[in-house]
Amino acid sequence: MNERARIVENATCTFCGCVCDDITLTVENNRITRAENACSLGKAWFAEHTIEERPYALIDGREASTDEAVEVAAQLLVNARFPVIYGLSDTTCEAQREAVAIADLIGANIDTTTSVCHGPSGIAFQGVGESTATLGEIKNRADLVIYWGGNPAESHPRHFTRYTIIPKGMFVPNGRKDRTVVLVDVRRTPSARAADIFIQVKPGKDFEVLWALRALVKGHPVDPAIEEETGVSLATLQDLVERMKSCRFGVLFFGMGLTMTRGRHFNSGALLALATDLNEYTHFVAKPVRGHGNVTGADNVLSWQTGFPFAVNFSRGYPRFNPGEFTTVDLLARGEADAALIIAADPAANFPRPAIEHLRKIPVIVLDPKPTLTADLARVVFTTATYGINTGGTVYRMDDVPITLRPAFPSPYPSDKEVLRAIKERVRSLVALESIPQPVPHLLNTGTMPGAAS
Amino acid sequence: MGEKMLLIAGRSTKQGVNLNIGKHSEAYRNITTTLEMNAEDMERLGLRDGDLVRLRTAVGEAVVRCKKRKPADLPSGVLFLPYGPASSQLMDGDTAGTGMPLSKSFEVEVEPVVR
Repeated sequence: MNERARIVENATCTFCGCVCDDITLTVENNRITRAENACSLGKAWFAEHTIEERPYALIDGREASTDEAVEVAAQLLVNARFPVIYGLSDTTCEAQREAVAIADLIGANIDTTTSVCHGPSGIAFQGVGESTATLGEIKNRADLVIYWGGNPAESHPRHFTRYTIIPKGMFVPNGRKDRTVVLVDVRRTPSARAADIFIQVKPGKDFEVLWALRALVKGHPVDPAIEEETGVSLATLQDLVERMKSCRFGVLFFGMGLTMTRGRHFNSGALLALATDLNEYTHFVAKPVRGHGNVTGADNVLSWQTGFPFAVNFSRGYPRFNPGEFTTVDLLARGEADAALIIAADPAANFPRPAIEHLRKIPVIVLDPKPTLTADLARVVFTTATYGINTGGTVYRMDDVPITLRPAFPSPYPSDKEVLRAIKERVRSLVALESIPQPVPHLLNTGTMPGAAS
Repeated sequence: MGEKMLLIAGRSTKQGVNLNIGKHSEAYRNITTTLEMNAEDMERLGLRDGDLVRLRTAVGEAVVRCKKRKPADLPSGVLFLPYGPASSQLMDGDTAGTGMPLSKSFEVEVEPVVR
């Protein structure tokens, strides 16, 4: 370490939804050279987000200033008839608020990466409800930990060690020894090594297994032919049910194995209902394992600003929610959107081909600290500072706990919030020039309307 | 005419590390085009580690390199591919009214690429 090295204590890693806030960073010459406590994904996150020599912005591939790009972006958005705003899971809540404000101003559709992550779980929450807890509560109390349809050993490496399996807790003083860990999945992933029991389900049969478990919990008979259908024997299910009913505090963590397969929200709903059923016998909670660093914040910000967590449309001047209609994959695959503002996401790298093909046909505006495949097809590209490394702000951990960021070093590039705020202000003035109906003064403050301001 | 199998697209540690390095890096391209396949299925199809296979669905196709996994880890007829441009090429845009395309456990046709 050279003399100019700086230490940043309790820094937060925003790569995944674990949002570990116990990282000690060593910063040398505007570069993170060491990230103590971080997992392999976190180490790569900190090491690879350096200040790269990139243009502030690109317009049709030509280098431009941020201000020029703001002007073009605002014009594109205001002139679109069906603009979509998408992404938002790798930026701060403060930036997310600005994006919602833009959507409101121009009557846009706003949706986040939740729609291709736990969107189906969001639908299930509304139908079934959620028995929930924070990760701190789980760390201190859970003696039965079940992971379903996820591989945290690879996607969230510190989930086991920081929150759920390994740590000693107030009511599980021996840590790992006091907990039983179960993994349910269609393939034996590296996460199986951390589990006491691995249950392998045939692909696409999670719903059937969950529904059979619900029946067994309620004391209904289940046909042994369930094994032929699902790959899981009745004896295995009965054993799991006994463990679930007799534990003191159980938790079901669930991943994309449920939401991205046939059944989608029915799968998540079945698992949430199972957790609710188990509360007849003991304390049981269910939590989705969330992917991106602030995807949970995106759900929270959209919910508190529009009333809905994702798939929100402002085209009628008020927010409407309808997954399938206002979710981005659908809007693109059906060819409806005529402009897109993509913030901190890369749909060209993970959306279905028909959706990507439509993105190529419409003007796209991208905000990202890194070059992305979506930026390659965009008309306007902003290089922005990396949240958590270069900018402060707020992010939500996957259990809805807000965490304040401690940036490690400054960036010459503006934050997502700054760019979005500038676009918002420009959009506001352009919209005002167009034809927003102005309130008629004599109808205001007459005192004759119920609830009128006095 | 290839054989029908179920494709699971998902995350892996290497995919996560490499997307930090950059989506234009060779490492990212390599990891998102490396297909894990049941070892016995590979043997039946006359495939060895590193051989190319073509995956095809109604919407598109992708050529990827296969890598064997123990049958106990990956069942016969199931494939795993880290998320990326290759898996996107194969996914249908229909979300059945949920917003979520089928991204895991969807049917693909697998065909060895003749060298």
